[in-house]
Amino acid sequence: MTASGPYVVEARGLLKRYGDDTVVDHIDLRVPRGGCFGLLGPNGAGKTTTLRMILGQSPPSGGTLDVLGESMPEAGRRVRARIGVVSQDDNLDPDFTVMENLEVYASYFPHRLRRPLRPFLESLLEFVSLEDRAGYRIPALSGGMRRRLVIARALVNDPVLLILDEPTTGLDPQIRHLIWARLRALTERGTTVLLTTHYMEEAERLCDRVAIIDRGRILAEDAPRALVEGEVEPSVIEVRAGELPPPPELARQARVETVDGVWHCHTTEPGAVLASLRDHPEFEYLHRPANLEDVFLRLTGRELRD
Amino acid sequence: MERRAAGHWRLPAPRALTFAVWRRNARVWRRLMVSNLLFHFGEPVLYLFGLGFGLGRFIGEMDGIDYFAFLASGLVASSAMMSASYEGIYSAYTRMVPQKTYDGMLATPLEVDEIVAGEMLWCATKGCISGGSILLVASLLGAVSGAEALLCLPLLLLVGLAFAGPALAMSAVSPSYDFFSYYLTLVITPMFILCGVFYPVTSLPDVVQHAVLALPLTHAVALVRPLATGVPVEHAFAHLAVLAGFAAAGFYVSVALVRRRFVV
Repeated sequence: MTASGPYVVEARGLLKRYGDDTVVDHIDLRVPRGGCFGLLGPNGAGKTTTLRMILGQSPPSGGTLDVLGESMPEAGRRVRARIGVVSQDDNLDPDFTVMENLEVYASYFPHRLRRPLRPFLESLLEFVSLEDRAGYRIPALSGGMRRRLVIARALVNDPVLLILDEPTTGLDPQIRHLIWARLRALTERGTTVLLTTHYMEEAERLCDRVAIIDRGRILAEDAPRALVEGEVEPSVIEVRAGELPPPPELARQARVETVDGVWHCHTTEPGAVLASLRDHPEFEYLHRPANLEDVFLRLTGRELRD
Repeated sequence: MERRAAGHWRLPAPRALTFAVWRRNARVWRRLMVSNLLFHFGEPVLYLFGLGFGLGRFIGEMDGIDYFAFLASGLVASSAMMSASYEGIYSAYTRMVPQKTYDGMLATPLEVDEIVAGEMLWCATKGCISGGSILLVASLLGAVSGAEALLCLPLLLLVGLAFAGPALAMSAVSPSYDFFSYYLTLVITPMFILCGVFYPVTSLPDVVQHAVLALPLTHAVALVRPLATGVPVEHAFAHLAVLAGFAAAGFYVSVALVRRRFVV
């Protein structure tokens, strides 16, 4: 068995079609063992469908897909026994308390459980800072508590791979930072983390590698820093300009995108751009280093996706 | 290389994890056991007292059996049907769709095969609890003949399975709760009225008599009534075969339909 091979997920020519609609379009994807890998893409890019295929919940229309060294979807049960899943929707069981949710979920992994179970489950609640909520019913939990409980639940089987579909969407910054810290703690222990997100900050902070996916295709894949260096100019100067077109000298010094009355000047010579702007004291501007979001928008475009 | 769409109709092969699904449902039920039991007793006992005593005074005997005992044995079968059906539509649908319980389960080693098998077993268990409750009330009132009535309990599990499969299939294709009132009005209520719960099917016109032979409740009543009232059972094998057929076909179809809903 190649379960200890270098990749936890290896897809070649992976394809998913619904009728005439191609949702995942012949992607090649390798997720290395260890660390955190991010799938980035706008809504409808094919991220969730890719995860569903990795879990054996959606049969591919073509290509090959190996997860933890086994061929999917045939090895679904065995593979899912070693994966933890934090889904996008909250599917906690409202009929049960916090602790019962963990106990019931654990009963679906009879061969993967640590004994004695109860102290292990208590340690999971502690890990997500819910130790004082063990007896609460689900409707009494806030959104952030629920998401943390879903994370604890995804760890009941001591997974080698943890998959999270937009883990911090809709959460406040405090909870988001707590979740990031916990995910880092998991990767330090050797768990591989695979997450989808459309928060670039999340990807930049957490992920060792990211793949940018749009319309079912992978547009770029690398370490976040390397993507920023390779795909966009290092500096961005955002100028609030109202309805005016950018002056011609600016267009020579920078790649200028005008979006809703703001010029986004992507440049390798920020000094020159700032010097030209000094002649226009009426413009407000912000100078910042380029980030993953600039890469993302450059590759996936700016039109709205719903 | 392109593959064909998923084989939703391949034969199911549920594994032992089926019982983990059953235990999950049993655990929820146990939390509210007292009110759940009252619900199981409530409506059938109302029928039993209202019709059994009310009509029984005028009818006396039906088909050679005291009417109260005749009706009680019919209600044992029909309450198993009702209970398994309600669990298979409203409760299972709640877990399947709004509550997203199946989504959570499908991220574990469970497959649709075990989820549906566990749900069916649980529906059947509730049918057995309901039917068994009526049997208990009837026996306390002296309307049950002897110890062979205990054979009704395993039989009620089979009756429950026969109704659980079709109910789960309804849940698997239903867009919302509204859909279930059609199933109850067009399928379950006619069986309740026509399949021998209140009177022997032999009193129906010939054509209808033949038609009700195709319905599982007819066969459930035909087995439960003699066992509960101490009359010899006739055509036991045929009745069991029909119930087992509904259970097996219902299982196969509902696994395929739930796969179609979730494994896409």
